[in-house]
Amino acid sequence: MIVTVASGKGGTGKTTVAVNLAVIAPEGSVEVFDCDVEEPNAHLFIKPENIVTKEISTMIPDVDMNLCTLCGECEKICRFSAITMIAKKIMVFPEMCHSCKGCSMVCPAGAIKEGSRVLGSLLTGQSSRGFNLTWGELRVGEAMSPPLIKQVKNKIDKGIGKLFIVDAPPGTSCPAVVTLRDADFALLVAEETPFGLNDLALTVEGLKKLGVPMGIVLNRADMENGIIDDYAVRENIEILQRIPFSREAAKVCAKGHFLVDELPEIKALFQDIYLKIINNLNSIQKSDKGGQ
Amino acid sequence: MKAAVSSSGKTLESELDPRFGRASYFLIVDTETFDFEVKPNDQNMNLPQGAGIQAGKIVADCGVEVLITGNCGPKAYNVLDAVGIKVVTGTNGTVREVVEKFKNNALQYSQGPNVEGHWV
Amino acid sequence: MKELTVISGKGGTGKTSITASIASLAEKRVVIDADVDAANLFLTLEHKVVETESFEGGHKAEINPDICTCTGCGECFQRCQFDAISLNFTIDHISCEGCGVCAHFCPADAISFERQICGEKFISTTANGPMVHARLGIAEENSGLLVSQLRQRARQMAKEQHIPLIITDGPPGIGCPVIASVSNADALLIVTEPTLSGMHDMQRVMKLGRQMNAAIYLCINKADLNPEASEKIKEFCGSNNIRFAGEIPFDKAVIESMRMGQSLVTYSDGAASHAVKKVWQNVSSFLGETRDRLI
Repeated sequence: MIVTVASGKGGTGKTTVAVNLAVIAPEGSVEVFDCDVEEPNAHLFIKPENIVTKEISTMIPDVDMNLCTLCGECEKICRFSAITMIAKKIMVFPEMCHSCKGCSMVCPAGAIKEGSRVLGSLLTGQSSRGFNLTWGELRVGEAMSPPLIKQVKNKIDKGIGKLFIVDAPPGTSCPAVVTLRDADFALLVAEETPFGLNDLALTVEGLKKLGVPMGIVLNRADMENGIIDDYAVRENIEILQRIPFSREAAKVCAKGHFLVDELPEIKALFQDIYLKIINNLNSIQKSDKGGQ
Repeated sequence: MKAAVSSSGKTLESELDPRFGRASYFLIVDTETFDFEVKPNDQNMNLPQGAGIQAGKIVADCGVEVLITGNCGPKAYNVLDAVGIKVVTGTNGTVREVVEKFKNNALQYSQGPNVEGHWV
Repeated sequence: MKELTVISGKGGTGKTSITASIASLAEKRVVIDADVDAANLFLTLEHKVVETESFEGGHKAEINPDICTCTGCGECFQRCQFDAISLNFTIDHISCEGCGVCAHFCPADAISFERQICGEKFISTTANGPMVHARLGIAEENSGLLVSQLRQRARQMAKEQHIPLIITDGPPGIGCPVIASVSNADALLIVTEPTLSGMHDMQRVMKLGRQMNAAIYLCINKADLNPEASEKIKEFCGSNNIRFAGEIPFDKAVIESMRMGQSLVTYSDGAASHAVKKVWQNVSSFLGETRDRLI
């Protein structure tokens, strides 16, 4: 089952929640996937060993001018201005290409071969706590993160029956949606500020469209003003846990340590979150089977 | 010699349009006689991407030797470079003024794009 | 005219709070909220929307069940590189990249391919200049294009109204909308926090800024939460030719001001407010010096 940790607003504590959940879970029962490929952070906490790195590329056209008849069909089909004919030359703009292969499909001369553009890296390593971390690192300067996110998600092997904890990127546009779709449960990390509420509501709207069940963890919940509580009641979303604000917790996270190792009271909260997630997943599985 | 100038209007008295890809018009000016032809660029104004590339094609098809504009990004520059059109960037004034400046050798050719790539 | 873009790499470091303050301190400016899929600036700057326009993004393919010329040949299914077409011939809009390959090859002409309305653009008035902002629909693409259009509109207004400065509140990350926010900016202000994640992400976004040839400023938010790390960040700035613009202490007034719907410097005269004013002094004096760019 896949639990995706998301938030809408950045900096609410997604990565903190994801990595601490992984540590608290029974050994050998989880794997972690960091899909925030623009700014991956989970590895800073998990400090994986035996890292295997694979370069990830995407297809771009490579034109063989010896075969090209300058018919201009490739230019006509390309929606992204990535291939164009100018003064009897075919020019390719790699960074504009979305790898749809339309140009090579329409080329009547078979002049378009597959070239490649580097998107970034896909990395896998092992935590000393007995679980694997898989993450992506987008090449700085590359604009398209969703294809790399898909590569990270492809590494999820649903057949092995583990709990897969996925750390999502912030926002509500394509990178976040590509990450969140086909999650079994979304764990929303929210903070009790007007910005936090605004962005949480956008994410909830998106999750409803995707049909993903969800629960909220309130982080730095010392404010007693209850704006998220009111919202959660209105939207009928369960608040699974409140993690109080503390300078100590902030310090532990800032150093890249696990909260559950150093603060027993927070460890208890995470154990509770873990159990509630498992309960939620069990009831989702049951209702799925009931429906079949 | 024929020069293309990105222009905000349709006459020699129009101000140079500092944008290349999304310029309102291109004026194709004969630098000797100041005869000119107007090429509208409106189909490019609403393109989501690649306006510089398309504008480069328009200019290339006019058989000019030089483009005078304000800003030219890397993709447009590559297009112009590939067909041997020289580029002058960073200038301003009316179309007539910049062509005069060019004739008096008061403008220098760019060695590369002067702005970063941008979607619009 | 000068353009300053505020970015952070990591989300939640305080970009928007600081941008709102800077936008209140600058005498006259256009301010842009470029975090189009989770826009927050409007929550903290008093404003009045005066103009609304819909945002047309890219194309999307659609197999229209009413036209029903679809013969179920499977050509589109086989050609789509994005797994956007299911075997019952419906198109998944989230996966569709808008390449049009399916529509091109459909032998029955059963696939329509139109530009989509993906959001809304707004122009608002605020105390010291216009605000340009937007709302991208949930799960929509083309955020980079939308950001570029907002900046284009802002430049136009700055020119018409003789406003010397554009301030952009950038999105988190380093991807498409961030690149669109920083390209051709005169200066970047990186807002980081003294945490391992903050430092890691700041270095990636700085690398992007370098590729874009902008002058780079950096300030540390909540600097006192981890003085050791703050020192390290300062050292990093020194050895990497980044202009250090100042440090801002943790201050509950930041969140209180957000609750009141005001910028920090308008709401409070406390420690963080003073620190942000100092950051702005440093950055604005630099912006005064850089050569004027053509727009």
